Amino acid sequence: MDTLSDPDKADALKQAGTKDAGTNGNLLSVRDLRVSFDLQGQPLEVVKGASFRIRPGTVTALVGESGSGKSVISQCIMGILPKNGSITAGSIAFADPAKDGPVTDIAALLQSSEEMRKIRGGRISIIFQEPMTSLSAVHTIGNQVSEALILHKGVHGREAREQTEAMLKRVGFPDPHRAFDMYPFELSGGLRQRAMIAMALICGPALLIADEPSTALDVTVQAQVLGLLKDLQAEFGMAMLLITHDLGVVSNMADEVVVIYHGEIMEAGPVEDIFRDPQHEYLKALLAAVPHFDMQPGERLVSLRAAGSRPAPAEPAKTPAKTKDSGGAPPILSVQNIVKTFTIKKGSWFGGSEDQSVHAVDDVSFDIARGECLGLVGESGCGKTTVSKIITRAVTPDQGAVLLDSGDGKGQVDLTRLHSAQLKQIRSGIQMIFQDPFGSLNPRMTVLEILREPLAIHGIGDRAAQVTRVTELMKQVGLDPRFASRYPHSFSGGQRQRIGIARALALNPKLIICDEPVSALDVSVQAQILNLLKDLQSELELTYLFISHNLAVVDYMADRIAVMWKGRLVEVAKRSTLFRNPRHPYTQALLDAVPYPDLDRPLDFETIRARFGTETAMWHDVFRPQYEDGTPAQMAFVEVEPDHRVLVRAGAELSEVA
Amino acid sequence: MSDLTPPASASLPHYVNAAHFDPRTIEELTPAQERIYLASQWQLMWWKFKRHKVAVWCGVFLIWLYLVAIFAEFLAPYNLDARHIEKIYHPPQGIHLFSKDGFEGPFVYGSDYRLNMDNLKREYTVNEDRVHALRFFCKGEPYRMWGFIPGERRLFCAPEGEHVFLFGTDRLGRDMLSRIIYGARISLTIGLIGVAISFSLGIVIGGLAGYYGGVVDLVVQRIIEVLQSIPSIPLWLALAAIMPVTWSPLLVYFAITVILGLLDWTGLARAVRSKLLALREEDYVLAAQLMGADTSRIIGRHLVPGFISHLIASATISIPTMILGETALSFLGLGLRAPVTSWGVLLTEAQNINVVALYPWLMLPVLPVILVILAYNFLGDGLRDAADPYK
Repeated sequence: MDTLSDPDKADALKQAGTKDAGTNGNLLSVRDLRVSFDLQGQPLEVVKGASFRIRPGTVTALVGESGSGKSVISQCIMGILPKNGSITAGSIAFADPAKDGPVTDIAALLQSSEEMRKIRGGRISIIFQEPMTSLSAVHTIGNQVSEALILHKGVHGREAREQTEAMLKRVGFPDPHRAFDMYPFELSGGLRQRAMIAMALICGPALLIADEPSTALDVTVQAQVLGLLKDLQAEFGMAMLLITHDLGVVSNMADEVVVIYHGEIMEAGPVEDIFRDPQHEYLKALLAAVPHFDMQPGERLVSLRAAGSRPAPAEPAKTPAKTKDSGGAPPILSVQNIVKTFTIKKGSWFGGSEDQSVHAVDDVSFDIARGECLGLVGESGCGKTTVSKIITRAVTPDQGAVLLDSGDGKGQVDLTRLHSAQLKQIRSGIQMIFQDPFGSLNPRMTVLEILREPLAIHGIGDRAAQVTRVTELMKQVGLDPRFASRYPHSFSGGQRQRIGIARALALNPKLIICDEPVSALDVSVQAQILNLLKDLQSELELTYLFISHNLAVVDYMADRIAVMWKGRLVEVAKRSTLFRNPRHPYTQALLDAVPYPDLDRPLDFETIRARFGTETAMWHDVFRPQYEDGTPAQMAFVEVEPDHRVLVRAGAELSEVA
Repeated sequence: MSDLTPPASASLPHYVNAAHFDPRTIEELTPAQERIYLASQWQLMWWKFKRHKVAVWCGVFLIWLYLVAIFAEFLAPYNLDARHIEKIYHPPQGIHLFSKDGFEGPFVYGSDYRLNMDNLKREYTVNEDRVHALRFFCKGEPYRMWGFIPGERRLFCAPEGEHVFLFGTDRLGRDMLSRIIYGARISLTIGLIGVAISFSLGIVIGGLAGYYGGVVDLVVQRIIEVLQSIPSIPLWLALAAIMPVTWSPLLVYFAITVILGLLDWTGLARAVRSKLLALREEDYVLAAQLMGADTSRIIGRHLVPGFISHLIASATISIPTMILGETALSFLGLGLRAPVTSWGVLLTEAQNINVVALYPWLMLPVLPVILVILAYNFLGDGLRDAADPYK
């Protein structure tokens, strides 16, 4: 905060601020805000004259890609800008309805000033994206939630506890008295986010900044958290600044929308105008890049930025739907009844320990036909990643077999019984694309080294041939081969993901496991990567196992979809069938929870709220894996229509499933 | 831009930015970003390190000290064992530029000697009539550079037949400055060799523990805990006592470095282990496994480069411990022994409180010890901050 630590400048700013800092009845009015960051001595302007307003009691959504400066704006409003950033111009006028008096210009306040500290947490509070890291691990939930109360309201002891428990109850903790003394690690991601919300709201702020509040959550939990935020916002009459890149969330939550790109406002208006009459090229492109369920077969997403100059896709020899004639050719991969149990040791201080086992994967079987894309959908912790690790033999299953037919005439090989030497050969046929484009590339190797590594390991060709192959791979994924000597940190998320894809392609695999390949990417980049994966599939005749929690993405990519819940597959069907006619209550819940960027298809918050915390209680008996007394039921698949199987209790009638 | 912040009573007009829109601007890099993004890990670390001014100066200072140690014969005014029997316990002389006759260039005053018969103290009084101008690049006592190149040029010396003792002399009339300069050779290198030993032990043992985990890890951890629980001085004493007195001074020197290295690897091994445990979970390691990379390749290509910078930083911070260890052992008479000269050996002269009270300049070898240790600590601090440029 260079400008603000300079008293003259701060004064000047303050005067300029008070001159036109009136908010005209708005709660917050941001005018011509400019923010610069110091990058190794060079200034880098990240917010370039942004203006918007927040009316009292309404929700304003700030929409943009990563790097658009939307989070920086929220940091300015909270007065938590990092040390190397500074507000160079503009004002943030905040009219506190509780004080009804002078307007404060937050931009002119010192971040560490008494006044700012009173506003922060007391009058404006924030909830962050990551519920796992935004709570302190060593303090109880109650301790953390009541802290703001103690600091800002001077409430102590029993009274603080009562108010905190009331707030915990309000945000949906079933047993707030017990939750008060629990530690964050004892709670699920959804409950942690609820605790964060309780913490933000305990002082009754005038403005709540929600910075990607639901991005890290599963889709059903996301819908619940959004519903909760909407309820609380209405109940407390507070205003909300919703920062997100997800247009589906915006259309369900916002009253007014501000679209920001590269630090500048591109389009702004009431939510109706934005979704029914998008004007700006950028907003239109964003809307076109979101996959939705009404897409025609063969319809492509429109990417804001096409993936570089790829060679024109060869005449789309679109693999004929091989799912049908899979009876003839053996599937490329056949997973048969795999079971993986993890044991958790619960040791006590005095020796005696009891082992608790968790079924991460419980009797899962599926086939993937050659050239097919099988989508595997489920929420975090459902075991889908363990399945992918079993297929790649990063984890060995307790039971079951994984049969791979490499197509070289040797027939099927059981991967679970291979030794490391054989595994090395087989593995080149199965590759993986990872979720995190940052963690999956070694930051200390250049692109050339990263892409050359698989070739070097398998001793394919001499150095010159390997370099040629790397150039070819880079062209294939639309990267400029001149970037080969760069390090991964010089690339954007989408570009890195393309490097990851090129690496997976290097060994000419037949099967690629895509583990949430786009969930860490912006919508615009997501479309680009999905299209690239589709093109590569038809050009190289690849087979995909596509793992994702995003139903719309799976719908766009997959030929068949398997839904996984608590270690088991619960419903398997062709893509067109599953979303038109979901039979399993879990699949239905998933579908109901998807927010559409469409004002005519709002989320049904009533149903979602009713489902919260009920687990399987609302399900029809035939779907429940346990009897009332808790003993596990015998479950079996029943075929409700051709190629559409649902997991029900053994012996259940087909009519009951309908 | 006022249309973006209308009064609360008015509804927000539909604003559309009319400026030309290029969806690629966000991907374009400014020259500053470009420069950072094209840099390798070591370049990034160097840029980050350069901003830590104190660490840079300490690094420069240490480089100077090592140069001094390398060219000790040339820089020291006298040989290591040159004795000046008539100048025993001579106090340090100051360098002057102006005498009462005006500018003279750098010179020292001569001194008159008298034995105080009351307390038998050797008393030297400065005689301002005797101006001894220093000579530079002069011919002094002959020496053998690094033990084999004969030479007699020295950086500076007193006029023919006179003396210059900038740091005074000891009980045998040996020049302290020369001895400290020669002592730097042993004291500065013992840390490096010791760290090299503990570094290799730490990487290998910590690496095994971190990569294999399980029983190996358990055993290594317990050994480390046991080693760390033994008070270091008694352990040094015990190990030093094992060394036969008949060993040559050079052999003793190596034995001491080995002892220091053997006891210091525990911290490094732990650092290596914890770093390995963290890096093992990275996706790029899994990706390498899927490509069929074997263990040695994963460790060598993916894991070690990931933490080597951290290790260098931790090693830098552990060098001072080595230097202090050597100094302490030698001071106690258990480490190096004369005629080998290190700062610790020099300090054994200052064990007697009488001597220190009468001839305080015998404590001067403490000064380089303190400076070197501070410099290493600041340098290590800067290196540690720079070690992870991707944060």
